[in-house]
Amino acid sequence: MTDITSADPMVLTAAPPRREIGIKRRYAAERRFRLYGILAISFGVIFLLLLLWSVVSKGYTAFLQTEITVPVTFTEKVIDPQNTRATNPAVLMAANYPVLARDALAKELGVDPADRAALKEVNSMISASVRVQLRDIVVNDPSVIGKTVPVKVLAEGNVDAAYKGHIDLSVPESDRKISDRQLGWIQQLAAKGELASRFNTGLFVNGASSRPEAAGVGVALIGSFFMMLIVLALALPIGVAASIYLEEFAPKNRLTDLIEVNINNLAAVPSIVYGLLGLAVFINFAGLPRSASLVGGLVLTLMTLPTIIIATRAALKAVPPSIRAAALGLGASKMQTIFHHVLPLAMPGILTGTIIGLAHALGETAPLLLIGMVAFVADFPATPLQPSTALPVQIYMWANEAERAFVERTSGAIIILLLFLLAMNIGAVILRRRFERRW
Amino acid sequence: MNMLTETAVEKVLERKMTNSALKMSGTDVCVFYGEKQALHNVNLNIRENTVTALIGPSGCGKSTFLRTLNRMNDTIDSCRVTGKILLDTDDIYDPNIDVVELRARVGMVFQKPNPFPKSIYENIAYGPRIHGLARTRAEFDEIVESSLQRAGLWNEVKDRLQEPGTGLSGGQQQRLCIARAVAVSPEVILMDEPCSALDPIATAKVEELIHELRANFTIVIVTHSMQQAARVSQRTAMFHMGYLVEENDTDKMFTNPDDQRTQDYIMGRFG
Repeated sequence: MTDITSADPMVLTAAPPRREIGIKRRYAAERRFRLYGILAISFGVIFLLLLLWSVVSKGYTAFLQTEITVPVTFTEKVIDPQNTRATNPAVLMAANYPVLARDALAKELGVDPADRAALKEVNSMISASVRVQLRDIVVNDPSVIGKTVPVKVLAEGNVDAAYKGHIDLSVPESDRKISDRQLGWIQQLAAKGELASRFNTGLFVNGASSRPEAAGVGVALIGSFFMMLIVLALALPIGVAASIYLEEFAPKNRLTDLIEVNINNLAAVPSIVYGLLGLAVFINFAGLPRSASLVGGLVLTLMTLPTIIIATRAALKAVPPSIRAAALGLGASKMQTIFHHVLPLAMPGILTGTIIGLAHALGETAPLLLIGMVAFVADFPATPLQPSTALPVQIYMWANEAERAFVERTSGAIIILLLFLLAMNIGAVILRRRFERRW
Repeated sequence: MNMLTETAVEKVLERKMTNSALKMSGTDVCVFYGEKQALHNVNLNIRENTVTALIGPSGCGKSTFLRTLNRMNDTIDSCRVTGKILLDTDDIYDPNIDVVELRARVGMVFQKPNPFPKSIYENIAYGPRIHGLARTRAEFDEIVESSLQRAGLWNEVKDRLQEPGTGLSGGQQQRLCIARAVAVSPEVILMDEPCSALDPIATAKVEELIHELRANFTIVIVTHSMQQAARVSQRTAMFHMGYLVEENDTDKMFTNPDDQRTQDYIMGRFG
């Protein structure tokens, strides 16, 4: 000690020579790195905006549907010429209703009933779904026969597209889906207020249809809903139970290591492989019905399980060991420690993982194609055993259709799917906040 | 506490100590972590209503020994304990002994305050609830109040029992943990460096508390602070390299230890 203090005081004042460490370069590197980060984020944001813009700009019109209000005369001569409906109600089911709508519209437009070509064009402006619509009116209330009632009928897909301005009028008439005369009629009706757009509830409640104006994602929504319920009811308890066992109870040995590696690998297995598995096990072996949302739900459960297990294990691992020690030190059993203290603290992480897994499953298409959920289903499934489709599959099927009106519906369905995903993610954030806010 | 009652307490404790039975005793206790032996043939007696301090340099095995006393070492997979530890007359490593019941009899306070992320009330009530010590709301209220009273925390928190225990200061949290341990009416309380994360004022409060708790509980405390060991304990055990070096009355230990290593450690020559 004394040696140092007795040294020449000059040594202390002269600072030791500093090594050149490139302070400026360091700051420049940091600025550069920040710039890269900002660029990367902007890149992502730009593409997200592009995607949203392209989907929304194409799809928002799908939420509007053009309707024509026509005073339909329910002529007895057309519906029930022999007047046998009292004894034979089937006659009301088979009547030629489209003619009623056509004649009503022709009268409204002042078309000569003898002009067959014009009548044909008038007919092609009304959706073919009018048959079912008018039949339902008559069957529900046969007293309507002989009266004239204003009915809102769906405009045919091309009329709808033309009214929304989707049809390129510079194309020669012969190559167009809609004639100049029909365009004139559209303007005429629109001016009278008899042709107008309204909110397209049919998009949400209708099943599949080959006519775009009558097609909707109703069946797909039900199918997706059933599948989400099944995934939630199976994957959450199985996943959480498996994670708790592996994380808290299982001995650490080669077998559990192997299981862990396999779970991590399963999370990365392409989803179509799960579809093949589902086809082989649930349909071919277990004999469950094809196209059923039960099978879809089971396949998606298998697909979601690894995600939930990994998220849950990470959440359990993140609980501070001091909490476990505190509970064990008080004489809580292992089970009590886990269920009273560890699990509540891990809950936000588990819920986030589960909802991310569910959202993933909601948007999954490939495995559903393999189990036959890519089907034309017009009737609503009452149980998960009946055929149905799913939202992403419906999008896939509509994207394969050629008609212009299906293009906007594809985008419309994408918007619906994205809204559901958004709602689920918001739900995840809210749940997480709620559980975290407790302390 | 005034002088009169203090001396009265001292007298009672003196009498208890002199004819006190052994509360716990370890015979030939060896602890292994995998292949590594952490404790070698420790023979140590814990007397009733006495504060026993375990001292020694880091890694000497004092915390390991403490954790064998309520089998907290069971939670470590590779840990193995041989020898015999008696609580009163029960061998706590006997397969028939229920570890849950054991930990209700031998409570523990940890180095870092670790209240549950729940309300102050719930922190105290949890132990009595899982051990069935109370049924009605009134019984729980009573246990919560008396435990907090004993831990000297009641006056500070009585108006905010429903607030989170994690919102208290470090010293208050540690006293909350002590209250939580007291609430299940254990016979022995183990403390693993309970003041190492606290400031001197909070430390003084906890030490005072230990002093008072001694009337009702047997306390074993691990500490790194020689002064603390001298202040709070009546008996001191010195560990070194996994061996018990010396066990003696605290007064003797700090003035005239039998073993040279104890002398060296207390004088600050190693550790």
